Amino acid sequence: MSGADHQRPEAACALVTGASRGIGAAIALALAADGWPVAVNYRSGADGAAATVKAIEDAGGRAIALQGDVADPAVPARLVEAVHEQLGAIGVLVNNAGLRADGLALSLSDEDWQSVLDTNLGGTHRMTRAVLREMIRARYGRVINIASVVGPRANAGQANYAASKSAVIAFTKTAAVEVARRGVTINAVAPGLIATDMTEGIPDALAERIPAQRAGTPEEVAAAVVFLASDAAGYITAATLYVDGGLSA
Amino acid sequence: MTQPTIDQIEKVITDSLVTFGADPDAISRDAELEALDVDSLDLAELSQILEEQFGVELTAADVAEIKTVGDAIDLVAERAK
Repeated sequence: MSGADHQRPEAACALVTGASRGIGAAIALALAADGWPVAVNYRSGADGAAATVKAIEDAGGRAIALQGDVADPAVPARLVEAVHEQLGAIGVLVNNAGLRADGLALSLSDEDWQSVLDTNLGGTHRMTRAVLREMIRARYGRVINIASVVGPRANAGQANYAASKSAVIAFTKTAAVEVARRGVTINAVAPGLIATDMTEGIPDALAERIPAQRAGTPEEVAAAVVFLASDAAGYITAATLYVDGGLSA
Repeated sequence: MTQPTIDQIEKVITDSLVTFGADPDAISRDAELEALDVDSLDLAELSQILEEQFGVELTAADVAEIKTVGDAIDLVAERAK
């Protein structure tokens, strides 16, 4: 089978979770710039999501905002249905929605453990499950899960976050091999320290360990996602692409 | 939805199996899905196709009981009544 057999369908769109700000917003903008109509999912940042949609439309793209907490088991199916109604078939899913609730493992509460796992891992699983059936029928699909360098690498105070992101990488690999022969790729992008609201308060000790000697930008993560979503990346699956200035080396 | 005939069900199942890569000459009522290299992903997709075509919902437990092509045809015919 040649690589040309599984090309991007003209009418397909992209769905990005947690896209009201930060890395998610940058991913939504970059996919739109690459020609994808984009569904901008958000949990509570309605203003941010509206701003992301407006920025896409101002640049000549097409986008909609969709509210929904991916940690809620009822939400993924509803989101997917809304995207189908308003934009059409989903060619790309970016599981970006993420949560931090830091604390040392010895004192981490059950609530902080569970909420991080529910969003980062449970949300990734449920959203992926909600789109895979249509993707295998279409013989085309791109699922890109936003993992983290934290998980493969330790970062004190983030045992819950690290566990969730390592599990996202494991989920990515296994789900990817299950559907690979249907033209569906599933990959992870693992950002290092990226300058966003979410990384405020991360200890300087982490920044000092980065070989590139600087934090990354959301746009640099988005560029990796756009590549993995493209036809050029059709033979890349079950991979984790680190965007971390060498931190994971 | 009008009740499908056995021939209609057989055609949809056979066409699907061929799409999944099964050898058309090896497909018969008695052929075992495993021998046709039909695996769990194929069966998940076949369930979707049967639901779309005939409105028959098959659970994972239903699918696990299907061993031969004939089993699949009979199950869909029974559920479509």
